[in-house]
Amino acid sequence: MREAITLAHHEEWARVVASLTRRFSDLDIAEEAAAEAFATAVERWQADGVPPNPGAWLTTTANRKAIDRIRREDKRGHKQKEAQLLYDDDPPEPPGAIDDERLRLIFTCCHPALAMETRVALTLRMIAGLTMPEIARAFLVQETTMEKRITRAKAKIKAARIPYRVPSAEDLPARVSGVLAVLYLVFNEGYLATGPDTDPVRHDLTAEAIRLTRLIRALMPQDGEVAGLLALMLLTEARRTARVSASGELVTLDEQDRGSWDAALIAEGHRLVRERLAAGVAPGRYQILAAISAVHTSARDVRDTDWSQVVALYDQLVRLDPSPIIALNRAIAVAELDGPEVALAAVDRLEGKLAGYHAYHATRADLLRRLGRSVQSRAAYDKAIEIAGNTAETAYLTRRRDELG
Amino acid sequence: MQYLVSVIFDKAGLATPDEDAAIDVFNDRLMAEGHWVFAGGLAAPSSATVIDNRGEEALFTDGPFLESKEYLAGFWIIEAADLDVTLKLAAEGSKACNRKVEVRPFL
Repeated sequence: MREAITLAHHEEWARVVASLTRRFSDLDIAEEAAAEAFATAVERWQADGVPPNPGAWLTTTANRKAIDRIRREDKRGHKQKEAQLLYDDDPPEPPGAIDDERLRLIFTCCHPALAMETRVALTLRMIAGLTMPEIARAFLVQETTMEKRITRAKAKIKAARIPYRVPSAEDLPARVSGVLAVLYLVFNEGYLATGPDTDPVRHDLTAEAIRLTRLIRALMPQDGEVAGLLALMLLTEARRTARVSASGELVTLDEQDRGSWDAALIAEGHRLVRERLAAGVAPGRYQILAAISAVHTSARDVRDTDWSQVVALYDQLVRLDPSPIIALNRAIAVAELDGPEVALAAVDRLEGKLAGYHAYHATRADLLRRLGRSVQSRAAYDKAIEIAGNTAETAYLTRRRDELG
Repeated sequence: MQYLVSVIFDKAGLATPDEDAAIDVFNDRLMAEGHWVFAGGLAAPSSATVIDNRGEEALFTDGPFLESKEYLAGFWIIEAADLDVTLKLAAEGSKACNRKVEVRPFL
């Protein structure tokens, strides 16, 4: 029974919220009624068994809950359109239209007029169906803080009339990229969780990000960047269990047990990368990042890695996105191709922009170590340890520093 | 649906002739496309007077209600279907008057 409810929650939550949002033009009513419908399902399915069409049952129940609430508020003198209540026995929407509604809901939750952290929280609540305590825990804030953030966002969407629709073709690429940025942020927070008391890898968040990206992919199958982001997440997730040692230390790519990588996820990721290559359209950043990940995951041994291919892909990425973080990652690949000295020169040029970023210091520390410059390496490790927020990474950096001669 | 588009500025001085010309072009477009409700530029904040008549007699205070580096230099009131339309117009308005703008919906 628990499983049936969990499955229904995964499959139907966003659909129910989306269909109620369209019908009542109010995210707050939609969210509350959907939550009530799932709570009722827990009780009723226990007693009466799972209904033949759980989705339709949930939508109908949620509709009734929403109407009940509107009637209650009407009695308290709120102005509501009585006309909306006349369509109580609406037939369920055809499936195509409902898929469209989920997409609309995603674009509303990821609207550029909302702060990034608000977009993330709203997406996790409205689309993924995470509870307020779950979201608060994921981002290490008080539950009341998260509730306020979401309440404020819903009020803004209503008052400023943030539209509930798929953006026009002209605006679509920018808006899709905004949605993908939200999903990538959720994934990364799961993959390299920050905070002294958090697990180093938050599988709940990475799984949620992948599930949402799969949903977007199902809704927009032709979009190359959606496919690219999904491939990138799958190829990263495939290495998750190899990434932290039994003692809770980060294991870098070159030291990972490649036999423990998830072959099914890698195969799916590679399929997506090949699909994008075959499309013959200039790739965006997620597709290039996925291709880099594909090169790494194609090598059975780290020594088999095609580093010239990796550097070539980074060159392509730098042309698209000249950010210092990309340049740093390119330098790491250059170290394998042209040696640590060349790489260090490239990394040192980034100091002005990346002095506050732990990976900059960790990369320098590693390159200096390989060049036998222990004193400087130790200082760089110290700096990296001071800034790093991930427990497994701190443990790894500390061991590396203490192994220096 | 109506939105207030406030023009925010942090230096002394009015719009340049080039900015004025760009604003005129933008205003003509707002009118042609049915978005125009009202617009105006404001004199310097130092010319403001605050009035409080909640008590026995009206109190007049010289200067703006809020002393701040940034101030309201002017505004548009526009009619638009939703925030997406408004944000696009506001972005063009910001370009035209060469200042930051803030969008806020009317109730």
